[in-house]
Amino acid sequence: MAAGRPRRRDDLKPQALRPKEATPSPLAGESPAELRRLLRDMLLIRRFEERAGEQYALGKIGGFCHLYIGQEAVAVGSMAALRPDDYVMCSYREHGQALARGLGARSVMAELFGKATGCSGGKGGSMHLFDAERRFLGGHAIVGGQIPLVTGAAFAIKYRGGDQVAAAFFGEAAVNNGAFHEALNMAALWKLPAIYICENNRYGMGTAAERVSAIYDIAARACSYDMAAETVDGMEVLAVRDAVARAATRAREQQVPTLLEVRTYRFMGHSMADPIHGHYRTKEEVEQHKARDPIATFPERLRAAGMLDEEGWQAMEADVAAEIEDAVRFADESPDPEPSALSAHVYREA
Amino acid sequence: MAEVTYLEALRQGLREEMRRDERVFILGEDVGAYGGAFKVTEGFYEEFGEARVIDTPISEAAIVGAAAGAAHMGLRPVAEMQFIDFISCAYDMLTNYVATARYRAGLPTPIVVRGPCGGYVRGGPFHSQNPEAAFLHTPGLKIVCPATARDAKGLIKAAIRDDDPVLYFEHKFLYRRIKEALPEDGDLLTPIGKARIAREGRDLSIITYSAMVWKALEAAEILEREDGLAVEVLDLRTLVPMDDDAIVATVEKTNKVMIVHEDTRTGGVAGEIAARINERAFEWLDGPVLRVTAADVPLPYAPTLEDYVLPQTADVVAVARRLAAY
Repeated sequence: MAAGRPRRRDDLKPQALRPKEATPSPLAGESPAELRRLLRDMLLIRRFEERAGEQYALGKIGGFCHLYIGQEAVAVGSMAALRPDDYVMCSYREHGQALARGLGARSVMAELFGKATGCSGGKGGSMHLFDAERRFLGGHAIVGGQIPLVTGAAFAIKYRGGDQVAAAFFGEAAVNNGAFHEALNMAALWKLPAIYICENNRYGMGTAAERVSAIYDIAARACSYDMAAETVDGMEVLAVRDAVARAATRAREQQVPTLLEVRTYRFMGHSMADPIHGHYRTKEEVEQHKARDPIATFPERLRAAGMLDEEGWQAMEADVAAEIEDAVRFADESPDPEPSALSAHVYREA
Repeated sequence: MAEVTYLEALRQGLREEMRRDERVFILGEDVGAYGGAFKVTEGFYEEFGEARVIDTPISEAAIVGAAAGAAHMGLRPVAEMQFIDFISCAYDMLTNYVATARYRAGLPTPIVVRGPCGGYVRGGPFHSQNPEAAFLHTPGLKIVCPATARDAKGLIKAAIRDDDPVLYFEHKFLYRRIKEALPEDGDLLTPIGKARIAREGRDLSIITYSAMVWKALEAAEILEREDGLAVEVLDLRTLVPMDDDAIVATVEKTNKVMIVHEDTRTGGVAGEIAARINERAFEWLDGPVLRVTAADVPLPYAPTLEDYVLPQTADVVAVARRLAAY
């Protein structure tokens, strides 16, 4: 239990909730190709989300849309530590995890467009991405609901004697929901191979963590369940990868769960209806966090280590841009779902 | 008389009741500093302060449970569900505790649980629901579903003053799409349990509530213009207690009745209304009681599918023509 004494409201200092100063993992011994792959995955999410925001403004995407910009290192670092046969479940802010899990920009964009070619056949939309083949068991649009489901997935793994893990992604506001407590208690009690990845981006929609949580050091909540926990710098992709890898090893070898609090920051509003700053956070605060933008800092580190040159970076940008362009075109040109699809899958097809 | 939207009318009603009665307070997710997900409580935090406009954690069971406990002690809480779909997280509190408190223990629970319901906004399966039927079946809860700006205001005020728990389902599609001139002063109250004739007619009745009132009125216009039919539209406004007398009266008047609701079909409110008509006014019917509802599927996100599954004006017109032919 790395977190130490639970902090309470009295201890509240603004800096306590900011990501800790970067202590970047040394790049020595890392595969340059693998690091460039991590960078490309983060860049893909960033550019995808920028286009999604634009397509929303154009009316191509409807309903409610929550962008992942700023948090890319969490999804990419986590997926890098998981195996293809592990299981992943997410909240409604899950475009990033879906892309990092390899769902493909085409199938995710088409889902946002509500097209038949989308990963959920157009029936789910932004908050309900799903891909059984990649064991990406969905975005879930009610806060905290996926946490017990992950407990159940981990139970099934153990029941069958497998060595996979089940990972849950959720925001810090979800930990105040009963479902979180019930699910973590059960996972600890039954010793299940689960990883609970709390992406602490400071705000549940427009409400800051310290305004709704008596204890705001989220990793400390693991004390309640005698569960292993770590606080991780979510702006640092390798720190996330390594922490998830430790949790995965613990789950595979000892069959015990871990709570990870990953401190990150969302650069955009909660949804497309929410301005970037104003109501509940200042421009200065957003700028302060943007100084640690993984899309800016990680390429810098690779450059400094001689693992990326300007030409390589430009080629990566161009390659990602082409992939996103292709995804938007694919989504735009894909057919709408047929009305006959409407009643399919309400029950098992006869 | 100033024109106000449905949302502004609701906001006025809430604000007036908070000014009138200091026992009234609001709690919910993002209702304070943020002003509510749809801005229903914008400005309240500034006017009433954080003691009466309370930002809660995302904890629906505790929001409703704490509201009920405070209501037992004599306060008048208004709990917001950010989307009414999330009320299912508080189902235990509402059905086991709140609904039975008076019956079990003589405990009054004058709470209002309110939130945005309904589709037509591409909200997908967890942000578009109409959960009224789930609660219609639980004795002890009242349910109101305003269709107009006037009733958005009148029913929230009546709900807050009611001594029993009231579920107030406001339709998010109507928030900023309808407007009405309302008197700026005076106490605008809509009695709970009273339906309203939204349009007079003699040939056929459409019984409906919430956003479907507007589809029914559009359909009535078309049927008058193209078929020469005088269609009566009855806006129930309250589902529990249901205004049986108004239902029977319209059946006796037109002898042909259909029911329109946005919720799914099986186990929906329409079935209950049809049964009541069967019991109380069967002799007055010249045709079957027909329904226009959503299909029995979860609400899909894709615009084409959502439009297909939810009732549209053309669906109402088509069923009305079938009924008129009897």
